[in-house]
Amino acid sequence: METKSINELQDEIVEDFSMYDDWNDKYEYLIEFGKTLPKLDEEYKTDENRIHGCQSRVWLNAQMIDGKVIFEADSDAIITKGIVGLLVSVLSGHTPKEIAESDLYFIGKIGLQEHLSPTRANGLLSMIKKMKTYGIAFQAK
Amino acid sequence: MFDIEKIRADFPILNEPIRGKKLVYLDNAASTQKPQVVIDAEKYFYEHQYANIHRGVHYLSQIGTDLYEGVRKQIQLFINAKHEYEIIYTKGTTNAINLVAYTFGRKFINKGDEIVITEMEHHSNIVPWQILCEEKKCILKVIPMQEDGSILLEDARKIITPKTKLVSTFYVSNALGTINPVKELIRIAHENDAKILLDAAQAIQHYPIDVQELDVDFLVFSGHKIYGPTGTGILYAKEQLLNQMPPYEGGGDMIKTVSFEKTVYNDLPFKFEAGTPNIAGCIALGTAIKYVQDLGIKNIMKYEAELFKYATKKLKAIEGLKIYGTSKNKSCVISFLLEGIHPYDVGVILDNSGIAIRTGHHCAQPVMDHYHIPGTCRASFAFYNTKEEVDVLVTSILKAKKMLS
Repeated sequence: METKSINELQDEIVEDFSMYDDWNDKYEYLIEFGKTLPKLDEEYKTDENRIHGCQSRVWLNAQMIDGKVIFEADSDAIITKGIVGLLVSVLSGHTPKEIAESDLYFIGKIGLQEHLSPTRANGLLSMIKKMKTYGIAFQAK
Repeated sequence: MFDIEKIRADFPILNEPIRGKKLVYLDNAASTQKPQVVIDAEKYFYEHQYANIHRGVHYLSQIGTDLYEGVRKQIQLFINAKHEYEIIYTKGTTNAINLVAYTFGRKFINKGDEIVITEMEHHSNIVPWQILCEEKKCILKVIPMQEDGSILLEDARKIITPKTKLVSTFYVSNALGTINPVKELIRIAHENDAKILLDAAQAIQHYPIDVQELDVDFLVFSGHKIYGPTGTGILYAKEQLLNQMPPYEGGGDMIKTVSFEKTVYNDLPFKFEAGTPNIAGCIALGTAIKYVQDLGIKNIMKYEAELFKYATKKLKAIEGLKIYGTSKNKSCVISFLLEGIHPYDVGVILDNSGIAIRTGHHCAQPVMDHYHIPGTCRASFAFYNTKEEVDVLVTSILKAKKMLS
């Protein structure tokens, strides 16, 4: 099966969000999306997988399977989980090179750029950095 | 008469639309907003009177010095200190506590001596003592908190002993709003020949404080929490202590004479005020305190007490909402959680409704550990808040609850 590119996946999210002009609906979407995401196995909720700098706890697990990076993430705050879930859905299943070189423009386009502020204390920025670092690290292997 | 409409009109930011909504500012324990007179005071000083202070013979320097020293006098009277020179300008509460730890602590607290705090302190009243303990091998003792967020005086009596050199604790808890039994703690400390520092950062804007009546040794607070500029704060200490304490920072203004053989430190309060201070900020702090004095701290107390009672009643009535900190003696802070919902999520939804609250550990991680929670949502009130704003908060919490459950 042909997998969609990172940009195709981003564009789909942007299109989904374009239906909402109200913050209410956007957050409803994120919350519902967050709820549908599987919980990360407790064994992966390690300190090593923890993204620091978040008010809520966020974990990111990465594995290399058949040349693709598989991400799984979880958070105890549901809005944060929704946002990290979007990131996982865009980046997971791609090659390390694609991940390392990706330009994540969808966050700004769907009006969630404020969540990327380093002062926002939700650690989203550290999450993206960590995902890209995995991309770079797996390339080197 | 407390004319709330007139008061609100004094604070320009309260009319600022936030995310297209009317701002409901309930993060006053983190910092209070500034009335126009405070903003104007700082601006006026820079536009018409600015120069560096002290030792200047020229006109502007003298005006600046008079204004800056006038505020010191004003603050002396505000907290009823015995002498003007017992008022030391600092950058804020944190800076003031560190000053005491670095000077009084280093000189008078030695190996095996004990420092007593409570489980509910702000990190700024924990970490400076930990640093000191590491250096001097002294011991940090903690009075435990009860489930309702208060301490027991019998615990205090056990933990504060003749080994105690300093008790350092809050007047009002920033995380839970608990009011400490400060008079009793001061008495217990003194019975054991210990000194006591009161962190009044959350009290100075709500209650009248008389340092002589309290007989407190050190009292610290921040300017920005009493409607003044950021980067201003006060350390009050008894004259005798200040004279015994070594200086904090070395530099200009804190010396009488400097030579390579011997430097003689300046008199109080300048011994503790090296370098060019936040002149404009301190002058505007004087304006802020005058604003509070003109409203009348007793009037403020009365208005806030009623608002707080109303807010507590309304929030309590929300199903699934639990208030943390339920001591009988509480100030303008309500820390809460919605059952099964992370405080961060609530904060995001309220933010989108134009409501500013704070979520997280409120720089009091031991309190959160005590309750085994990641943090709380904290609504904190000031005299410009209204019952209508409490109603907006309640409606938005109900909305957040619906969206997030």
